[in-house]
Amino acid sequence: MSKMSEAEVRTEVRTWLTANWDPEMSLVGWRSKLADSGWGMPHWPEAWYGRGLPVGLTRVVEEEFANVGAVGAAKSGVRLLAAATLLEHGTDLQKKKFLRRILTGEDNWCQLFSEPGSGSDLAGATTRADLNGDYWIINGQKVWTTSAHHADHGLLLARTDWDAPKHEGMSFFVIDIKQPGIDVQPLKQMNGHASFNQVFFTDAKVPVENLVGRVGEGWKVAVTTLAHERRGADGLSAPSKRGSRTGRIYVEERAELETANQPYKWYPQRAGRVDLVIERAKETGANTDPNVRQEIARLMIMAKSAEWTARRARAAQQQGRPQGPEGSLGKLAASNVARAAARVHTLITSTEAMLTGSESPRNGIIAEILVSVPAVSIAGGTDEIQRNIIAERVLDLPKEPRFDTGPFRNVRRN
Amino acid sequence: MGTAEGYDPAVWRQLSEELALPGIHIPEQYGGAGFGMVELCVVAEELGRALLCAPYFSTAVLAANAILNAGTEAQKASLLPDLASGARRATLAVTELNGQWDPHSIELVATPIANGYHLDGIKSYVVDGHVAELLVVAARLPNTVGNDGLALFTLNANTSGVERRLLESMDPTRKLARIDFRGAHAQLLGDLNDGAKPLIRTLDQAAIALANEMVGGAQKLLDSAVNYAKVRVQFGRTIGSFQAIKHRCADLLLDVELAKSAAYYAAQAAAVDDPEWPALACLAKAAASETYLRVAAECIQLHGGIGFTWDNDTHLWFKRAKSSEVFLGQPSYHRELLMQRWGV
Repeated sequence: MSKMSEAEVRTEVRTWLTANWDPEMSLVGWRSKLADSGWGMPHWPEAWYGRGLPVGLTRVVEEEFANVGAVGAAKSGVRLLAAATLLEHGTDLQKKKFLRRILTGEDNWCQLFSEPGSGSDLAGATTRADLNGDYWIINGQKVWTTSAHHADHGLLLARTDWDAPKHEGMSFFVIDIKQPGIDVQPLKQMNGHASFNQVFFTDAKVPVENLVGRVGEGWKVAVTTLAHERRGADGLSAPSKRGSRTGRIYVEERAELETANQPYKWYPQRAGRVDLVIERAKETGANTDPNVRQEIARLMIMAKSAEWTARRARAAQQQGRPQGPEGSLGKLAASNVARAAARVHTLITSTEAMLTGSESPRNGIIAEILVSVPAVSIAGGTDEIQRNIIAERVLDLPKEPRFDTGPFRNVRRN
Repeated sequence: MGTAEGYDPAVWRQLSEELALPGIHIPEQYGGAGFGMVELCVVAEELGRALLCAPYFSTAVLAANAILNAGTEAQKASLLPDLASGARRATLAVTELNGQWDPHSIELVATPIANGYHLDGIKSYVVDGHVAELLVVAARLPNTVGNDGLALFTLNANTSGVERRLLESMDPTRKLARIDFRGAHAQLLGDLNDGAKPLIRTLDQAAIALANEMVGGAQKLLDSAVNYAKVRVQFGRTIGSFQAIKHRCADLLLDVELAKSAAYYAAQAAAVDDPEWPALACLAKAAASETYLRVAAECIQLHGGIGFTWDNDTHLWFKRAKSSEVFLGQPSYHRELLMQRWGV
């Protein structure tokens, strides 16, 4: 199967779509067919709902799906991070139990890593898992959990050995979110949205068969999840675009996307909306102010240069250089651009920057930029962590001395 | 750098004869290597990294491009081969005592006479103006203003009525001269129709080449700072292990990478004559100017006391960074021009 040429793959998927695609099917019904046939995740192993195709050929399959407007496997949220982690570290039983319902969209997932006491220092987690018979008993608190309120399962990183060094005392679990020991509370952000949750565990239970990887190897498993996260396997999902787009399945798909994309609605504002700056300067007349012109130019120079730097990184990658910590440069550049954009937007908006919501320019969008941008330099690794990564892995500067070695029990923490 | 000429003639000969660098962007029919802006900018970046003292920017970037942009076929054929071979050094004189880079500000007058023009006025900040044998001069016809009546003229530097004086420049690696013209006999380069156009094109190309030269220097300074941070020990540890130092180095790397991307992108755009390239020239020049000077200042700071000594070469790049920041127009000038060229 994996030896197939591009043309053979194209013919086969086209034939299969002709025989099977029906927009009047239910979303879950259709995706069950995708899971059974392997066409939903063609680069996954044949044994696990895939067809074992090289990653490079998935594009061909996507093109053929797009040509007829066929809906793909469920991909929203962190479900694919969960799937990638399970494919790499899960038992056959776990793969059998979870992967199919990830692809059909029947189950939603969330990621339970960050804690109030461990943000940048993820490995300092103190949520505990204690073995009691056939169950691990979970106590503690997680935070910044996207979509926990409609998740069925969570990827949980918890401490199982307090005498081991901190990276070696954690284990990785799949936990059922809908159980009495778990309380999910929305976390309202400074921009008024509540995209994340706090999750409280009070004697919550995980059956022993839901341990992923070995006891004490949780950090290793979590690193897999994080690597996929950095590659951008989560976030906003786009619907299929072509075809007539009428039929039951599209109605169901739209509803699913509406829910899945809800937490990300303010993300464009978080990035600073550089695209609106010149338009706004012209419509307010601020473009005649020499000071504002200088500030706009500064911003645009930074934004354009960042865009071209990302292109250079991609070009280098295409020439066979692996994507390395240079990704941190892009993240840091994005923070700088977003912050500068927020500043220039409010400079252009002037006194109206005191207003918000429908009273304010662009029906609140400009105001939302100001109060959303602070997230950019924190989420997904703070600017300071990115600078550490750049300094240590790109510039090869020495690491800071550590104070968190030895038994975790003795390590100072919040 | 320490001589009156300001460079080592043996190195210039080697660079010209063995590497044929002065003519890298000059078409083969005029004795050059036939490459374009991208290759010229690769050379500029390396010269900036090495801080080479040589009349390269004046001869190859300024004068040769001015002749390529404005000259007639006959003028290109007669003037360019000697520049391409490095046999003759040349420069372009634009700025006057007012220090303005906007062609509107040119006051030097070219008065038509029977077999050419008489130039009257003063040029200043002329790069390598004291050693150039061929001068390309931006001047205006009598009683004209703005871009009207502007044109480029050529004359030998030893023509009577030309008086040159080496200026005491901040940057010892790039010499500047003041040149007084009193009825100096010159020839028109090209024609009088829209003479400002080839001048502006030349300045835009020069801004891109300078941006590339600057990012070469900035990278060199960053390397120097990072290497020093890895070996300098204080408080029992290398200073590069302190986050205060690491984070600054990371920020500098980001700045240098962004400025490089802008410089490379502008060079490529100019090479393919993308309609946006003149705006990108401003963008790249402004980006590189701010970055180079910031990296230079930080490089001194990261070296600590030794960075402030004459024996530590960092000050040479620092001075080049400052003079390059204002050479061809300071960042605020280029940012404003960028806004105008983008139609804001």
